[in-house]
Amino acid sequence: MSTTYAVEGIDGTPATQQSRPPLNVVFEWLTTVDHKKIGLMYITYALIFLVIGGVQAVLMRIQLAVSNNHFVSPQVFNRLFTMHGTTMIFFVAMPIVFGWGNYLVPLMIGARDMAFPRLNAFSFWISAFAGLLLYFSYVGASGLYAAGSAPDVGWFAYAPLTARVFSPGHSTDYWTLAVFLSGIGSIGTCLNFATTIISMRCKGMKMSKMPLLVWLYLVMSGLVFVTISPLTAAQIMLTMDRYLGSHFFDTQAGGSAVLWMHFFWIFGHPEVYVLILPSFAIINEVVPVFSRKAIFGYPTMVAASVGIGFISTSVWAHHMFSVGMGAAANTFFVFATMVISVPTGMKIFNWLATIWGGKVIFATPMLFCIGFLFQFLIAGLTGIMLGSAPFDWQLTNSYFVVAHFHYVIVGGILFAVFAAFYYWYPKVTGRMLSETLGKWHFWLFVIGFHLTFDFMHIPGILGMPRRIYTYEASRGWDGLNMIVGIGTVFQAVGILVFVYNMVHSYFKGKEAGPDPWDAWTLEWSTSSPPPDYNFAVLPAVKSRRPLWDLKHPEDPDSDYE
Amino acid sequence: MSPFPRRRRPAYGSVGLCSGRALPLAVSCVLFSGNAAFAQSGTSIFAPAATPARSIFDLSMLVLGVTLAIFLIVGGLLLYALIRYRSRPEHSDREPAQIYGSNQIELSWTVIPILIVVTLFLSTTRVILGTQAIPKPDTAMNVTVIGHQFWWEYRYPSLGVVTANELHIPTSDPAHPTPTYLTMSSADTDHSFWVPRLAGKTDVIPNQINTMWIDPEQPGLYLGQCAQYCGAQHAKMLLRVYAQSPGEFSAWIEQQRQPAVQDFAGNPVAAEGQAVFMHNACINCHAIVGTVATGRFGPDLTHLASRDTIASGAFQNTPRNLRQWIDNPNSMKPGSLMPAMHLNDHDLDVITAYLTQLR
Repeated sequence: MSTTYAVEGIDGTPATQQSRPPLNVVFEWLTTVDHKKIGLMYITYALIFLVIGGVQAVLMRIQLAVSNNHFVSPQVFNRLFTMHGTTMIFFVAMPIVFGWGNYLVPLMIGARDMAFPRLNAFSFWISAFAGLLLYFSYVGASGLYAAGSAPDVGWFAYAPLTARVFSPGHSTDYWTLAVFLSGIGSIGTCLNFATTIISMRCKGMKMSKMPLLVWLYLVMSGLVFVTISPLTAAQIMLTMDRYLGSHFFDTQAGGSAVLWMHFFWIFGHPEVYVLILPSFAIINEVVPVFSRKAIFGYPTMVAASVGIGFISTSVWAHHMFSVGMGAAANTFFVFATMVISVPTGMKIFNWLATIWGGKVIFATPMLFCIGFLFQFLIAGLTGIMLGSAPFDWQLTNSYFVVAHFHYVIVGGILFAVFAAFYYWYPKVTGRMLSETLGKWHFWLFVIGFHLTFDFMHIPGILGMPRRIYTYEASRGWDGLNMIVGIGTVFQAVGILVFVYNMVHSYFKGKEAGPDPWDAWTLEWSTSSPPPDYNFAVLPAVKSRRPLWDLKHPEDPDSDYE
Repeated sequence: MSPFPRRRRPAYGSVGLCSGRALPLAVSCVLFSGNAAFAQSGTSIFAPAATPARSIFDLSMLVLGVTLAIFLIVGGLLLYALIRYRSRPEHSDREPAQIYGSNQIELSWTVIPILIVVTLFLSTTRVILGTQAIPKPDTAMNVTVIGHQFWWEYRYPSLGVVTANELHIPTSDPAHPTPTYLTMSSADTDHSFWVPRLAGKTDVIPNQINTMWIDPEQPGLYLGQCAQYCGAQHAKMLLRVYAQSPGEFSAWIEQQRQPAVQDFAGNPVAAEGQAVFMHNACINCHAIVGTVATGRFGPDLTHLASRDTIASGAFQNTPRNLRQWIDNPNSMKPGSLMPAMHLNDHDLDVITAYLTQLR
């Protein structure tokens, strides 16, 4: 395949690299407003927190591996699961999808940067500060039990446990402020995505010609506006309860514990879609390239994404089937929850149809996509079980539900993000990640994932609630929890291989060239890494796959769309 | 119509999906050939022993059957496509035919899921209504459940009994149902009442009244635990439900209605223990009917010695455990709200001797 495109409108010249003093480089990164650098900082930041959250998970699994274990105290365990959940959602999953979006969206729509570069930098740094603030609680907060303690109210921080009478000290305030600030960062970033996508597309790229990744980031941004706002409002209300004498959630003064649940879950459930839509976005780009076919049913995929966006704002109370909402409300939320499986199912079928009749190449990015497809299918089906309210009365708050949402977040989102790393790392660094190490990473992680999360469903069915620091031997949960714990070891080793691969390949990897995967979207028309401001000459496109048109002038997509 | 029908399993045949128990049974065989493991656990949701848990079990078999079928079909097609359409070295460099979509096919895989969804929704609604929206029979017994950090208070308002941590209820004969209705609230944070073999969870929330009902047919001990994170000792806020035959239950009630034992003639140690108890801060939090101890912050101790366990089911009620608990509750249940009273060994011995007499 050719390495540069001598076609008008497409610039393939490599970026010039000058050597500079290290301090200048640091200064440049700290002050940058470049979407690619900000994207990479988001990703790096998320990876650091991924390791921290992963260590917390391993500590919890050691504690639970056998019954009546004394590896950590109950107080430490309660902090571990609070910090693990908060970290993984707000400081790993969100920044990592924002990071890839920041890096890719302008490149894919043929723009030179995001619409508001300085807002972009602000959003990143406020989110970064929020993460540091949360962890500062370990030294700075006088908590429930002693000086220097992290929040221990759970990642959804149900009232009234967060009231000052039950959570004295400041650990809960660190949690509240961290979530509040990270929300501001998220809204800023999504404002940027939406504006950029709506107003900065290159010539010829109508909405109907955008790559699906861009569509999904647009829908995700809309969801963030709708859902982060109630969460932010709830944090302010909670702080008012704690310090200004209001009684929104203060049950001892007539407040409502259930009100907090509504505020939290009207954020919390769409949040799942805020994270899974960008994962769909990645799958939408990778699966076609490695099946060598155009995505099947582009308009359906767009419609399904928008549909998921709308429906996902009316399913939140399926997290609350056991709080006593009554039969009518339960029935409504059962219906809304089950309906969302229709557009989600359409997506899975369309990916299947994209693979059907193609020439599937089992490179590492595709392997992670295949893992995603099977695991997300299972996660969706256990979701239907949980959506059936009576079944949920048994399963909610048990280890079954923990297994279910880890199937979504690890088996779905994290696998898609790994696919993104293997797919776009060559674009970002100019070098390929090692395929051998990539396959080691994939298989170790798949084995570990299934040992941990397949077996985690069963203790839930056998009556094991989540968030317990220990359990009796007589309950029969011992062997299962041991297997779950062993799985985390495989996952941890897989992550180590991945990190080693990224570092090693940065220096020693094979040269990638501008378009190593023979792909079709605009980011592959630039050099690897792309130059500052991406495009010397802004591209013009005629179809959804501009590089296909270039490579196949005899049979361009634009004839069929 | 009686809300507690004699035919205990709701018939899904009327929803037009499967007749009677054929599908649930088939699914249980396929899914859980190791079903014994599920039946053996005392807290398995797949070993139902009361109507609410059983109707959930039947629904769950339907849902599991449908989802398993979807998984096998979609997963099988995916696997087939990946193998059948893998890239082979002998292939030419030509790209495969580009297919952009098909309205007919996409419409079909929109309509079929909608039909499945409607079916599952209707079956689900049936169980919701059958559990949450049926009238309470006159023969029902009422118990008030109050969640505390980290124990359970049970009150039998019409019978004048207050107890803690071990809920006694009568069994219910399907022919003459005597279900137990639980009216629930919390004294502090959120809790959740979950005894998997009897029913699904119902959250126990401060400043809100929730209700649920259970009707075990067989006498026995049904286990569970708090299922909503409530603080440091959420893990050891265990639930024990003793279902007793109507005769045994009446006897238990009769015994619990007696005031506490006061006469310790021939047992001077217990008598001294009573005096020590009544002169310490114990009485601020604990009630012993017939004495000056009227505190309500901790469990009622009037018939403490009649219980099998202490510390909300976490430990057997032996004199040794009881003594260690009184000495330092946090050594057994870190985060427990009962403070260590710093009693000397003699006082610990006599208080233990006193409490073990409270049958």
